[in-house]
Amino acid sequence: MGIDWFPLWLSLEVATAATAISLLLGIGLAWLLANKNFRGKDVLDAITTLPLALPPTVLGYYLLIAIGRASWIGRVWEKITGAPLVFTWRAAVIAAALHAIPLLVKSSRAALENVDRAYERAARSLGASEWRLFWRVSIPLARRPIAAATALAFARSLGDFGTTLMIAGDIPGRTQTAAIAIYDAAESGNTLVARTLVIVISILTAAIVYFANRLEARRAA
Amino acid sequence: MSAGGAQGRVSAAGAQSQVSAGSAQGGMSADGLRARILKRFAAAPESAPFHLDIEIEAQPGVTVLYGPSGSGKTLTLECIAGFTAPDSGRILLHDRILFDAESGVNLRPQERSCGYVFQNYALFPHMTLRENLAFAAYDLARLERHRRLAEQLERFKLTGLAGRYPHELSGGQKQRGSIARALISNPRIILLDEPGRGLDAELRADLYALVGELKQTLSVPVLLVTHDPEECFALADDVYIYEGGRVLHRGSPGDLLRNPVNSAVAELLGGFTILEGEVVSIDPEKQISRLKLDGVEIEGPHLRGCFRGDRITLCTRPEELSVRTEPGPNRLRRELRRIIARPQFIRADFGSDLAVDVPREQWRACEEAAKKAGWWIEIPSASLRQIAGRRAGD
Repeated sequence: MGIDWFPLWLSLEVATAATAISLLLGIGLAWLLANKNFRGKDVLDAITTLPLALPPTVLGYYLLIAIGRASWIGRVWEKITGAPLVFTWRAAVIAAALHAIPLLVKSSRAALENVDRAYERAARSLGASEWRLFWRVSIPLARRPIAAATALAFARSLGDFGTTLMIAGDIPGRTQTAAIAIYDAAESGNTLVARTLVIVISILTAAIVYFANRLEARRAA
Repeated sequence: MSAGGAQGRVSAAGAQSQVSAGSAQGGMSADGLRARILKRFAAAPESAPFHLDIEIEAQPGVTVLYGPSGSGKTLTLECIAGFTAPDSGRILLHDRILFDAESGVNLRPQERSCGYVFQNYALFPHMTLRENLAFAAYDLARLERHRRLAEQLERFKLTGLAGRYPHELSGGQKQRGSIARALISNPRIILLDEPGRGLDAELRADLYALVGELKQTLSVPVLLVTHDPEECFALADDVYIYEGGRVLHRGSPGDLLRNPVNSAVAELLGGFTILEGEVVSIDPEKQISRLKLDGVEIEGPHLRGCFRGDRITLCTRPEELSVRTEPGPNRLRRELRRIIARPQFIRADFGSDLAVDVPREQWRACEEAAKKAGWWIEIPSASLRQIAGRRAGD
């Protein structure tokens, strides 16, 4: 029996989409936390960190309630697209993104806060709007740690198991990601599939972590 | 954000009549900067409480804020540029209100037209020099921007370096670049924060020439912060002496050298010899006085408003005194502590701030003679100027 590569491709697609979403949301949140003072900032900070600390199944359970077919998000989604959100690959993207966002927010916030204030002051004094300051000065100066965090977020998205299983399920050929396929293969004694996927995922993740570390090291140099 | 800015402009325009009324009253032109700034910092675990309370004005030309570090000079610049908001006070630049606590005006840094030159230059490290200048010229039309960039690069002798990144430039080049960048959009005031810091003697001379040229060609005030007396006297038209968040004194460099007013100012400027003495007698007829310094009676200048027995503070400068090797009138006997060799002269240090500059060619003979006879310091009567004592200056 040949190896079914679908779970691996699905994982890569899910991780890419999740990373893109969490990059947008994560940098937005990081900017908010780094630059603005508002009521409930601490609460927002805590909530964005929570997915790192909560058991994946707990997070999955909350998500089932939030985007399940009975929830208003689920109902609106179903009305617009004609199909439920849960137990599709899109739900897997949401699960992965939720784990990636805290990584990106934490690192990006620290990176933005580390940008020398003199550069921000110089930009403002030279007439730059906050928007131009952000895109032309802050982000370029913080690009290495943000890129490193993005790489780690991608790696993290690649391997989500618990939450994905809870809200996307284990439907071979539709929502069965690599991490879940490995579990199934190991459970059913399909050693070849399990080992192959484990090796591929390991090499991929190691390469990403190596790349992320090099980015961090070059920043420190 | 933009709504707040627009509001600021409207109220600034509304308050303008007040400004002109105020300046007519004070007999001052609406040109230049006028700032009254109060700002308090409560004590923090690492720092004592600090209270900035100053009032300054700056006309076209170079106004130096001089004082020790931590006296509030840079904070003043930051308040003017809009990086920090004062607790109260008012900042006017030409006909505009940049900040007014009473009416709640606080323009954003973007709206203040301040050319700020940072201590570490703050050239954006990820942009070439040309891109740095272009960033500042963003609001200009394309052709105008090109013209302006070329002009500034040429003026600051940076044309050949335009494609380089800041880390590929020398300290002097970075400085010229940061000044060029600050000038691109025709600021209405130039704020220079410790521009000579970390530059060697030659670059410092270049800097003085550059600031001198700016003064000639620009008709806007230049406000320069420094704790270096050399820089202060080389560049200033007008000096504010800062200490502990307050202005101790204001004057032209010439006035400050001739008469530092009180011993606190003299100490901050450095290079003065401060003497405490007692008035023995005053002779208005001959325009002289007799003074007792360290138990020795000498002749001094006529001291207006002083009486016999008054304790007074006098200042003089090492180059106005001379060393002798025999007793005589107006001479104090002292022991030589150490000597400091300078290119043009030898500074003989007699301790307790009493130093004398001796021309190099005279030094050897003096030293020989003094070995046998000892040292006397001659204090010419005309070199003594009365200043307020430290207590009175506080």
